[in-house]
Amino acid sequence: MNTVNTSASDTLTLYDETFSSRFLLGTALYRSPLQMSEAIQASGTEFITLSLRQQNPQKNDGDAFWQLLKDTGCQLLPNTAGCKTAKEAINLAEMSRELFETPWIKLEVIGDDYNLQPDPFELLIAATELIKRGFKVLPYCTDDLVLCLRLVDAGCQVLMPWGAPIGTGRGLMNKYHLSSLRERISHIPLIIDAGLGSPSQAAAALEMGFDAVLLNTAVATADDPVLMARAFSLAIQAGRSGYLAGLMQRRQTASPSTPILGQPFWHNHPPEHK
Amino acid sequence: MPNLTVNNHPLSVENDCNLSQLIIVAGYAEQTIAVAINGEFIPKAQYSHTDLATGDCVDIVKPIGGG
Repeated sequence: MNTVNTSASDTLTLYDETFSSRFLLGTALYRSPLQMSEAIQASGTEFITLSLRQQNPQKNDGDAFWQLLKDTGCQLLPNTAGCKTAKEAINLAEMSRELFETPWIKLEVIGDDYNLQPDPFELLIAATELIKRGFKVLPYCTDDLVLCLRLVDAGCQVLMPWGAPIGTGRGLMNKYHLSSLRERISHIPLIIDAGLGSPSQAAAALEMGFDAVLLNTAVATADDPVLMARAFSLAIQAGRSGYLAGLMQRRQTASPSTPILGQPFWHNHPPEHK
Repeated sequence: MPNLTVNNHPLSVENDCNLSQLIIVAGYAEQTIAVAINGEFIPKAQYSHTDLATGDCVDIVKPIGGG
């Protein structure tokens, strides 16, 4: 019996490239490089995020880390984390493209330090320019419908609305906005990025019709990151299967699943309350 | 003798020092890096003919984990 009903043909297509996993995983905050590698393997992910930072030249950790990530065989998705203007993000994207030899970029332009909310105006400027320069842009954005429509107009073929602010683990904070997004932008993949804290929240995102999730903190800071990576992977598969299977309509009132016709002892039932 | 900053640390280099030479002086020779000067990305192919000037802010970055 096949216990996992997401078929091999149910793939995720991002910018004309096909992936079988719907789980994008970050590479920060793990307790050790070995633990990170094991979590990546357990997750089944094919897409891992990473970044660029100033580092001490005497500690050549960057090269070892880079080699470790290359050894995973995953597609690399560099980010522009920490950038606050379009100019910064564009330049960091160019640096990433050269160093990692990839056109993929997770575009982050942060507008507020308190909740790390994307700056919609700078994000749109950066996305427009990077698309023109041939990047495959995955913008980290809010769940604002108009912003998302503008990003699509700019040429983004994938959007990554937040579930909740980065690192909060609060899940899908605004399901109304997110379901509106899914309904209005049905022709390109939407990936929930950030804010997911538990596997059930990831499953809920997939059940709503989102195409994938991207997360880091919930796995890396778990007591057992490898087990948590596996748990998220299973939840994502379950949520996707549930979505494909078609969820039942919610009802206000109860409706018996066992047939009423043929009910024994019906004449013993007390009269209904009026 | 131009006075620069490399990753926010002051550094003085010879007058005719170009970016390729600076990378060696700063200790990043043969490391996996990307470079920007004054916030502008400099492609590798341009390192050896990118001159440096007093006040330049050089950012040299390397891979690190990210979410």
